[in-house]
Amino acid sequence: MSYLSLLWANLFRKKTRTVLTLLSVMIAFVLFVLLQAVGEAFTGGVTIVGVDRLIVTPKYSIVDELPLSQKRQVAAIAGVNLVTQQSWFGGVYQDPKNFFPKYPVEPLEYFDMYSEFIINPAELEAFAGTRTGAVVKAGLAEQYGWKLGDIIPIQADIWPKADGSRTWEFELVGTFEEAESSRPLFLFQYQYFTESVELDRRDQVGWWTVRLSEPERAAEIAREIDSLFENSRDPTRTATEDEFSRQFASQLGDIGFITTIIMSAVFFTIVLLTGNTMAQALRERIPELAVLKTIGFTDTAVSALVLGEAIVLCVVGGLCGIAMAYLLLPGIAPVLESFAGSIDFSATTLATAIGLSVVIGIVIGIVPAMSARRLTIVDALRKN
Amino acid sequence: MAIVECRDVEKQFVKGRETVEVLTGINLDIEEGDFLALMGPSGSGKTTLLNLIGGLDHPTSGLIRVGGSDLNELSGRALAKWRSVHVGFIFQFYNLLPVLNAQRNVELPLLLTNLSRAQRQKNAAIALEIVGLTDRAKHKPGELSGGQQQRVAIARAIVADPKLLVCDEPTGDLDRETADEILGLLEILNRDHRKTVIVVTHDPKAAGHAKKILHMDKGKLVEEAIV
Ligand SMILES: Nc1ncnc2c1ncn2[C@@H]1O[C@H](COP(=O)(O)OP(=O)(O)OP(=O)(O)O)[C@@H](O)[C@H]1O
Ligand SMILES: [Mg+2]
Repeated sequence: MSYLSLLWANLFRKKTRTVLTLLSVMIAFVLFVLLQAVGEAFTGGVTIVGVDRLIVTPKYSIVDELPLSQKRQVAAIAGVNLVTQQSWFGGVYQDPKNFFPKYPVEPLEYFDMYSEFIINPAELEAFAGTRTGAVVKAGLAEQYGWKLGDIIPIQADIWPKADGSRTWEFELVGTFEEAESSRPLFLFQYQYFTESVELDRRDQVGWWTVRLSEPERAAEIAREIDSLFENSRDPTRTATEDEFSRQFASQLGDIGFITTIIMSAVFFTIVLLTGNTMAQALRERIPELAVLKTIGFTDTAVSALVLGEAIVLCVVGGLCGIAMAYLLLPGIAPVLESFAGSIDFSATTLATAIGLSVVIGIVIGIVPAMSARRLTIVDALRKN
Repeated sequence: MAIVECRDVEKQFVKGRETVEVLTGINLDIEEGDFLALMGPSGSGKTTLLNLIGGLDHPTSGLIRVGGSDLNELSGRALAKWRSVHVGFIFQFYNLLPVLNAQRNVELPLLLTNLSRAQRQKNAAIALEIVGLTDRAKHKPGELSGGQQQRVAIARAIVADPKLLVCDEPTGDLDRETADEILGLLEILNRDHRKTVIVVTHDPKAAGHAKKILHMDKGKLVEEAIV
């Protein structure tokens, strides 16, 4: 037997209590790690692939639309090499929980713009040549078992067709890959889209993506684009892709702030509950601790034992929580990655989680440890 | 040579504004190898005296010397270390750690020594053998009878091989027969293993196992009877 196994044995004094405490600590850390990963995706996410690309959105709200007529004007600006459009289509495939972004795009322009997407040229040609054609990320096709030639029905929510029908049917004509990202994506023809929606909603786009031939002039060109439309009915706001995704996140609410609030509440509760459990457990053990001191364990050794138990409990709970989050992440990542950057565990998150579990252990254990330290043998044995 | 010397030992407890005089001038020598029974009415100060001799508390005044050490000069860490080497404690309610099995309870005091893990286990096994509980080594206290738990406690008290055993009503919670077994065991330890034993007891029959009986009343030793 060692000091550590004495500590360990004490944790199993009341198995149910220990398991419940472990579970609550674990759940707190599952939440912490997942929220932390999400927060990081929003604030740090986007890759540097798009440094030569600008995103032009409606100035006041990303849910507004921009007129197609802007395309020529933007393309005419010196230093602009290519302009193409996307829109937020929304829509549901079979069940609202089957969430993946669907964008109407100009096939050739789009794949020219996003050279990080790898598509077979024949399939790209089929996409460009098929009015109701769609191409999707290979992972998405795999997930839903779609094969080339399949008709994929999407129920519209934002964009019903002009004839009042809400069912859009797309024919799968190709798949594509993206290095280093598994976020899902579903693309279909802008032409088909804009010609099918209600008359007064035609020839509109969600946002422009602009490729620069002179990336070093990005800031200047961005200003030029915005000033071009400043006094029009559709003013714009131009940012780099990176900024855009951050802006998007901040429109959803300050994720980091929300994360902090939630986690503070969770950890506060954990500290309160677990701290109370620990204090209670200590009262039951007063005679035992007195005996340890009688035998010759010093005040420091006894208080270290009590503190050590709290820390071990929290660290074990924390590690279980981290492992659990790791198992859950693949399930939720694709959903979040569609509007945040890639979601993953960073070393920082892991280190923070482990560090935090130690700190919480100390916070929870410090009061019982101090009472254990102050305990005088004679008084404790008399109360026995 | 006396293993325990008490000179003019006084102990007071301060309770709020009141001061309780618990021990009023104790003078006592206990020879090495002695087996002493300490009797007296409840509240007469037996436990208090035992705690002072065992180095669990300090007297308000007077001198206590045990095994050559002046206990007034030791405190905190040093006193804890001294106890671990020189005294074995046995209590009425056994005070074993419920989460550890018998073997590990006995091994506990050896965590404070430099012995190797193997040596610790061996010594614990020997101590359990002396008290006749080898076959219960893997049982937790909750799975043992009162008499068996007290045997484990005795094994724990002797495992570090102290010269002095202090026992506060060790049979107070046991039936007659079991009590006799425990006292018999203490006698063996006294006779064959040369432990000096001090037993506080209310039971005259238990005191009969001792070589010497001391009576206390109102904080004083009142008479000395040699059995
Ligand atoms: N820590 C303490 N604080 C206050 N008073 C105490 C303390 N310890 C002992 N006393 C008082 O000292 C007196 C003697 O107590 P002690 O426990 O030594 O008696 P005892 O002879 O062992 O009695 P019993 O046979 O009931 O165990 C009692 O009146 C008790 O209330
Ligand atoms: Mg007593």
